[in-house]
Amino acid sequence: MKSDNKLRNSSKGQNAQPLLEVEDLHVSFDVRGGEVQAVRGVNMVINKGEVVGIVGESGCGKSVTAQTLMRLIPSPPSRVKKGSIRFAGEDVLKKSEKEMQQLRGGRMGMIFQDPMTSLNPTMTVGRQITENLIRHRNMSMKEAHKRGVEMLNLVGIPLAETRMKQYPHEFSGGMRQRVMIAIALACDPELLIADEPTTALDVTIQAQILEVMKELRSRLNTSIMLITHDLGIVADVCDKVIVMYAGQVAETGTVHEIFTNPKHPYTQGLLESIPRLDDDKSQPLVPIPGTPPDLIKPPTGCAFAARCKYTMDICTRVDPGLFECSSTQSARCWLNHEMAKEVHA
Amino acid sequence: MSSSQNKTLIEVNNLSKLFRVGKGRTLKAVNDVSFFIREGETLGMVGESGCGKSTVGRTLLRLYEPSGGEVKFEGKDIYKLSASEMKAIRRDMQMIFQDPYASLNPRLTVNDIIGEALDIHNLAKNRAERKARVAELLQLVGLNAEHANRYPHEFSGGQRQRIGIARALAVNPKFIVCDEPISALDVSIQAQVVNLLKELQRKMGLTYLFIAHDLSMVKYISDRVAVMYLGKLVELAESETLYEEPLHPYTRALLSAVPIPDPDSETQKRRIVIKGDLPSAIDPPSGCPFRTRCPLAKEVCAQEMPPLIEHRPGHYAACHFAGEPLPKQEGIVSAG
Ligand SMILES: Nc1ncnc2c1ncn2[C@@H]1O[C@H](COP(=O)(O)OP(=O)(O)OP(=O)(O)O)[C@@H](O)[C@H]1O
Ligand SMILES: Nc1ncnc2c1ncn2[C@@H]1O[C@H](COP(=O)(O)OP(=O)(O)O)[C@@H](O)[C@H]1O
Ligand code: SF4
Ligand code: SF4
Ligand SMILES: [Mg+2]
Ligand SMILES: [Mg+2]
Repeated sequence: MKSDNKLRNSSKGQNAQPLLEVEDLHVSFDVRGGEVQAVRGVNMVINKGEVVGIVGESGCGKSVTAQTLMRLIPSPPSRVKKGSIRFAGEDVLKKSEKEMQQLRGGRMGMIFQDPMTSLNPTMTVGRQITENLIRHRNMSMKEAHKRGVEMLNLVGIPLAETRMKQYPHEFSGGMRQRVMIAIALACDPELLIADEPTTALDVTIQAQILEVMKELRSRLNTSIMLITHDLGIVADVCDKVIVMYAGQVAETGTVHEIFTNPKHPYTQGLLESIPRLDDDKSQPLVPIPGTPPDLIKPPTGCAFAARCKYTMDICTRVDPGLFECSSTQSARCWLNHEMAKEVHA
Repeated sequence: MSSSQNKTLIEVNNLSKLFRVGKGRTLKAVNDVSFFIREGETLGMVGESGCGKSTVGRTLLRLYEPSGGEVKFEGKDIYKLSASEMKAIRRDMQMIFQDPYASLNPRLTVNDIIGEALDIHNLAKNRAERKARVAELLQLVGLNAEHANRYPHEFSGGQRQRIGIARALAVNPKFIVCDEPISALDVSIQAQVVNLLKELQRKMGLTYLFIAHDLSMVKYISDRVAVMYLGKLVELAESETLYEEPLHPYTRALLSAVPIPDPDSETQKRRIVIKGDLPSAIDPPSGCPFRTRCPLAKEVCAQEMPPLIEHRPGHYAACHFAGEPLPKQEGIVSAG
């Protein structure tokens, strides 16, 4: 490995402690045309202090997975068909709504793509931070206020005392997103779930937010689940990557494995389809042809078969399941079967 | 690809566009901007949202009337043309929009969406000819002639963007403003559309203004790149030069903010993070528009607006201290 990556690997090794464990999660929506199988058997583990990136095309089930973890997804139309979610050893799916409220905004923090819809427009920013602290951390008004100012400072909002008294519309997009982060982090969550936290922001503001997230992880050992479309962001801040495709985990591995030695043709395709600042531009980009399958009738066999350049006879008939490629990397592709090694090379 | 010998297709001189925003206040969306675009080239345009990119694009096509300045298309000032002369020139200048969902009429079939463009300029003599032309255009953008009878919602984002491109190409334009044509698409689909735009340019000699906020994509597709900040053009150069030797502090910060898809990248760790948010275009800072966030700002920057100067052949920048090294920062940043 070229770089030190000291920080990134701090959470791995023998003392890795699982914080979130998702097993064989299936989530469907009942719609007029039938059943949308949004999440089809997702497994994942997020250890303490680990930043895990989730990438994949629009509609592949990233947000549904995240919202199911927090039990924020309305049911009906959604339902968890199968599987388990354990947070700090406790079964999330068995909790009452009241217990969930206790968890959300407390030990589990969240940041959504659009900060305007998730902040309350009728309440000052200060009140939104302090209420959470009073509820989840039993702080006095005074303590909560002090902590709120501290958090706004931490995420880079100057004149925090004044800012506490203002309403969300008085902040710019980037600052609102930082307020969301401040609220999410005020209670020292053990797990931060961030769904496209910077997609609506400009790159210079995005850079600020990414710095804040990196700093938090190294200072407070917060675990972060980061959903993004941007492979650059993943490379920048994540330890582990989960590549999703059509409601399933297509591949998972350390950030180094995924970027330097991807084992699934979809991951390979994603990496080839993006231009890079240091690229030779006479080379045409390599797009992935076609579009993802319709989740009302997901294909039998490999979900990527219709777009894959290596499709074999077996691919369209039998789902490959996840093949273990290393102790940290696995891929849902027949090419990783021992008998197929030569094809791959 | 264009060569620098190619003649100028579009010349923009001191273009400004103000919007009235109530209480007698005005917003300078575009503030005294000058540049040119050569025939057959792609000029990329980047900058943070709200900096005026779309307004430049729209004013170039006279979808907005300018507040000042001129735009010459093949030597003619388009703002001085009569309505009928303008209609003729409209055929030569088309636009592709950011949102492939919102920019197509959901009640029309693809046949009518593309056919409408042909009708406006009487480009099809009869129904049969119209249908044949639509089929030809669909094939050109990699869709199937059978798609003509379907409605926009039956297509994916990438396919819808292809329909938008087919509509723009229907009238055989010379120049297309591509306003964030791929921003709404997934990465695996973006490459399809960008390759298509490049191929069409090669085949048909098209000239593009390519607006985007994805700097890697802009570099990939553009011959030259213009950087905007708060209604001003702050830097313009050949794309290789701009990315390798940016002169303006804003351009440098912008480039260093792009996360690189390589976990072992060293550049990532030496990022220049600029503080604060984009100031309001209603009440812009005095002097240099970037001075409230610029790590190099000095006294003079608040007093004098730096002019856009050609520092090296073809490389323009508007900064009193263009090219001076920037301090590196560490740790959590604070907003100004
Ligand atoms: N309320 C709903 N009713 C029916 N189907 C839904 C609903 N919400 C999501 N889906 C479907 O579930 C699948 C997964 O959606 P999800 O929002 O998780 O995608 P995503 O990966 O987050 O995509 P994006 O990158 O666009 O945010 C999609 O096929 C989507 O159409
Ligand atoms: N029709 C309009 N009326 C008032 N203000 C506008 C209008 N269109 C754009 N603006 C403003 O002009 C500025 C530039 O906008 P725009 O050109 O759309 O930016 P960009 O495309 O770079 O994101 C912004 O401050 C925007 O709010
Ligand atoms: S299982 Fe077959 S179709 Fe699926 S990704 Fe692997 S090679 Fe391609
Ligand atoms: S003119 Fe001054 S404030 Fe503006 S970019 Fe140059 S150094 Fe910075
Ligand atoms: Mg989503
Ligand atoms: Mg725009």
